[in-house]
Amino acid sequence: MIRFLLNDTSMSLSAQDANQTVLSFLREQQKLTGTKEGCAAGDCGACTVVVAELSDSEQGLHYRSINSCIALMSSLHGKQLITVEHLKQGNTLHPVQQAMVDEHGSQCGFCTPGFVMSMFALYQQQQQAPAPINRHSVDYALSGNLCRCTGYRPIIDATLAACATPQSDQFARQRSATIAALNALRDDDDTLASSGLLLPVSREQLAQCIAAHPDAPLVAGSTDLSLEITQQHRRFETLISLSQIPALKQISIDSQRLRIGAACALSDIEKPLLTHFPQLQELFERFASLPVRNQATLGGNIANASPIGDMPPVMLALNATFVADNGNHILRLPANEFFTGYRQTTLSSGYWLSAIDIPLLSEQQRLAAFKVSKRTEDDISAVCAVFNVAVDNDGIVTDVATGFGGVAATPVSATALAEAITGKSLTDAQTLQAGKAALRSAFSPIDDVRATARYRNQLAENLWHRFWLQQQTSSTIETRVNYHA
Amino acid sequence: MRKLIDSAPARADTSALHKPSKHESAIRQVAGQARYVDDLPEPQNVAHAAVGVSQCASGVLQSVSLDAVRRSPGVIDVITVSDIPGHTDIGPVFEGDPILAGGEIKCYAQPVFAVLANTVDNARRAALLGDIKVQPSAAILTVAEALAAQSHVRPPHHMHQGDSTSTLRSCDLQVSGTLSIGAQEHMYLEGQVSLAIPEEDDRMLIYTSSQHPSEVQKLVAEVLGVGLHKVTVDMRRMGGGFGGKETQAAQWACLAAVLARRTGRAVKLRLPRSQDMQVTGKRHPFENKYQVGFDEQGVIKASEFEVNGNCGHSPDLSDAIVDRAMFHVDNGYFLGQSTVTGNRLKTNMVSHTAYRGFGGPQGMIMAEAMMDKIARRVGEDPLTIRKRNLYGEETGNTTQYGMPVEDNLLPELISQLEKTSDYWSRREAVRAFNATSPVVKKGLALTPVKFGISFTAKHLNQAGALVHIYTDGTIQVNHGGTEMGQGLHTKIAQIAAHEFGVPLDMIEVTSTRTDKVPNTSPTAASSGTDLNGKAVQNACITLKQRLAALFAEQLGLPADDACFHNGELHIQGNTIEFVSLVQQAYMERVSLSATGYYKTPKIFYDRNTGNGRPFFYFAYGAAVSEVSIDTLTGEYKVTQVDILHDVGASLNPAIDKGQIEGAFIQGMGWLTTEDMRWNEEGRIISNNMATYKIPAIGDTPTAFHVDLFNRPNAEDSIYHSKAVGEPPFMLGISVWCALKDAISSLTGYREDPQLDTPATPERVLDAVMQAQAVVL
Repeated sequence: MIRFLLNDTSMSLSAQDANQTVLSFLREQQKLTGTKEGCAAGDCGACTVVVAELSDSEQGLHYRSINSCIALMSSLHGKQLITVEHLKQGNTLHPVQQAMVDEHGSQCGFCTPGFVMSMFALYQQQQQAPAPINRHSVDYALSGNLCRCTGYRPIIDATLAACATPQSDQFARQRSATIAALNALRDDDDTLASSGLLLPVSREQLAQCIAAHPDAPLVAGSTDLSLEITQQHRRFETLISLSQIPALKQISIDSQRLRIGAACALSDIEKPLLTHFPQLQELFERFASLPVRNQATLGGNIANASPIGDMPPVMLALNATFVADNGNHILRLPANEFFTGYRQTTLSSGYWLSAIDIPLLSEQQRLAAFKVSKRTEDDISAVCAVFNVAVDNDGIVTDVATGFGGVAATPVSATALAEAITGKSLTDAQTLQAGKAALRSAFSPIDDVRATARYRNQLAENLWHRFWLQQQTSSTIETRVNYHA
Repeated sequence: MRKLIDSAPARADTSALHKPSKHESAIRQVAGQARYVDDLPEPQNVAHAAVGVSQCASGVLQSVSLDAVRRSPGVIDVITVSDIPGHTDIGPVFEGDPILAGGEIKCYAQPVFAVLANTVDNARRAALLGDIKVQPSAAILTVAEALAAQSHVRPPHHMHQGDSTSTLRSCDLQVSGTLSIGAQEHMYLEGQVSLAIPEEDDRMLIYTSSQHPSEVQKLVAEVLGVGLHKVTVDMRRMGGGFGGKETQAAQWACLAAVLARRTGRAVKLRLPRSQDMQVTGKRHPFENKYQVGFDEQGVIKASEFEVNGNCGHSPDLSDAIVDRAMFHVDNGYFLGQSTVTGNRLKTNMVSHTAYRGFGGPQGMIMAEAMMDKIARRVGEDPLTIRKRNLYGEETGNTTQYGMPVEDNLLPELISQLEKTSDYWSRREAVRAFNATSPVVKKGLALTPVKFGISFTAKHLNQAGALVHIYTDGTIQVNHGGTEMGQGLHTKIAQIAAHEFGVPLDMIEVTSTRTDKVPNTSPTAASSGTDLNGKAVQNACITLKQRLAALFAEQLGLPADDACFHNGELHIQGNTIEFVSLVQQAYMERVSLSATGYYKTPKIFYDRNTGNGRPFFYFAYGAAVSEVSIDTLTGEYKVTQVDILHDVGASLNPAIDKGQIEGAFIQGMGWLTTEDMRWNEEGRIISNNMATYKIPAIGDTPTAFHVDLFNRPNAEDSIYHSKAVGEPPFMLGISVWCALKDAISSLTGYREDPQLDTPATPERVLDAVMQAQAVVL
């Protein structure tokens, strides 16, 4: 049974088809056609809707934009789904809609409902926790919405105008009623379905589900698995959703390490991760788009084991440990042994990732993460390179951990780099050259639609060059074109 | 007697023209209430179609086994080419585009069969089950292979002025160059979609997302084997077109119509994005070259161009597209003694098609490539060389196709932009930055645009309109143009409101329908407002004359100085409210409905001599782009863009500015991140939005200044405005030139780098490394 609010109507859906997306539910079943399908793959944002859920304090609501085309119905459970149809009251447009009209932000109009919903999510956040808004915050909020007509300038202006000082709207006025309605949804006792979309709520139930359906995929944010449904027309009899298990969504910190629950959405780990690893900010903000980060999980990106995912290289370079569970036993799997082949890992059958442990950096460790892709926003890396180099007080390299994406069949470390520069002075130009020589032939990447093997090898070498330049405290050489406003 | 509706008098303080009125659908769009074809309430018996495609690029069909398709859940009907009742070729101008493949496979992902099922998902799943056996043959995939095989979709065409060969021989200073120009996917956010609803007898109603409803009507009629009068096409709005729904929308409408005729059901055919990207044509890739001779000042004496358009498997619109590339290799420059050759090469790719600029961009970029190279050779700033080569007033003012360039705005426009963008002090700043920055390099470029306005197929330069005035004084306007976001209907409403002197909200522009205005031209070539605006004005004038005659007769005055203004008709100090006038006209049995018509004057072109005046006028503009590049990775950022663009007397400055900004960013995308890739088998591998990257929000420059060059069109266009859809697309060339400028800095600005397009970070890094190798 999936229970949620569709705008302000309470919905209870039983016997849920595991393959149904939120978009098809809206357009085909509810005939709510304001939400558009542009790509059915989470790449264009025409289908953007907003999901509101109780904040941790349960005093407020947390509004997130998501791509309804790659969201399964499980993502709605216990939440309020807000669609573009719900914003206008009578003949009065919502302030974000009015700003789009005033700034001439729509031309063909097909992407417009999606933009409006991303703007609406930002508006709600601003209303509850006002923060200075600038071009960067607009790019951040709208990174998952493509427009082919306007060139974005009027949309940027509309967002700045509407979200800088948001006024109270009907959603604010109805907030306590919405919170009560969401709490009422939670009161229901949930029993597990026997097939279709399974929503275990505990470690024990999850283990039961896996035992009953050993071949059923586990699904967390569904941003990747949904593509098999929408693009390859695959149909799953049963899917086991990790979205309702609180234990998988814990984040904790001690003096040694940051522990992140495997089913935490990436946007939920942003603050703790970047607090402790601020060097990851650019890479993090360029991980897909905000709506995808609002759905996708860290555990998903790791277990997926794609050679072009951006979090596995980070985990390798940070010497992370993955915690696996099967309901009875807990295993600790080091990141640098985890990826065994193309989309293959050491995670055994019956186990799931429950948490990721990331050791905190010492003062000696120098960390940087680089991503090169054709487009800055929402693109897949041609190469992702993460360097974590420890130097002693004399500037001598004592330890090297790296992670690379896009250069092999798996996310990989460059052991050759470690061998080439350990024991050498990081300020020495010969260390630069030794590292470049080591990386020049460290990998055997492939040619594909994103880049040639030649370019990838060159990038591995040159990104090390960039890292080296950035470590030279005496130098003021600019090494980056603005990555964003 | 019929009771007339009481209506408040219309009041309009001023004319609706030249105002930044909001898009007529803006409120519906932001509220999710604007309906696109897939949003229309579906008829009760609707079924869904999907298309099965070939899995090789070239060969002969051996067998098509569709048993598994027929057995798939929910399947209602399956058709191949042999099930088509009428014509099987849906080529728009020339033959060559089979509705479904027959004997020959001409490209990868060529539609071979169509399946109808009860749900979208069932149709698409069934379409994967076809067993298509092909005897493969060697595919031609590149311009070089096609030239070697003399594989053309249409004969080559030539233009000459004077004797370029002997003049070139006498030039001491010469440069030559080649450029490989990539394809571009339209990426309209709304994919291809049609809904066919069978009506009584042989009649068929089609809702489609098409820039060319009349052609859809014709092709559906031909495919069904019925007269055109049996088919009605209704087109309210598209979710983007950009040329990609000029000819490419028809096939899906035709297939839906055939399935609807066979089953009696309403049939919707909407392509999934990845298939849309594989089965529809792109902007033509080109492989071009030039040779140019010039004097010490860098002024061109003679030039020769060869433009080679990769047309894909059929002619489609390629003849006119390659022509337009040839018409624009000069951009704004006098080419001296010139020869231009244009080849239309046939390859085993999707048939490449119309796309904003229609070949013009692929020609124009050659002029700018040439300017950069001349500048590096003579050691001048590229802007200096560009200005020296602009068309002259008295001499050097004839294009390579013999058309005099009159009313050339570029010298003044460039001079103005040079000042407002602060070009020269920024040039100094860029050089100073580069001198001290070893990794990041900056580049700056100003490039102009001169774009010819008119369809080069003369007969398309006509338009019709139908205007109804109802007895409450409200007015319904219909015309042959289609709304794809460009604001055509908004401008049309402004024109009608202005003509009748009534407020905008008294005008409703309705969906484009072939039963209201027949035999229309596509909404293309930037011509939508020029043609249809004049036709609507013509209909309005007819109605105004009837109304004025009525009032004049009542007054016993001549109607000569009748003026419709502020919701009233004025004749020599006498006034009558528009609504009262309309109601009196009805009572006096004066027709309140009129058609309008327009054809563009002055234009002609003789293909035998390659001479004529194919364009009614030129639209001009210029852009200054500044970029930073990373010489370690090839990554770059466009940091500032300043644009000054000529739209004549703007009908709607907000909409015109939106067209300029959007076109610039689309042009920038074409030359930077948008990387269409085919693999060795001829399959498109950049076949989704994850692998084909159009500009995203962060790509919009933080400093982006767009100004209109306010100068009424010297020609008698609609209120002396100018077309705006395509010309600013080519302002994006300034980004490409700025990237080259930054790379050129590595050689002390002595070398012009080879930078094929799109200039992805990988290509930029390659060019950087070549430049570094030159210095070493």
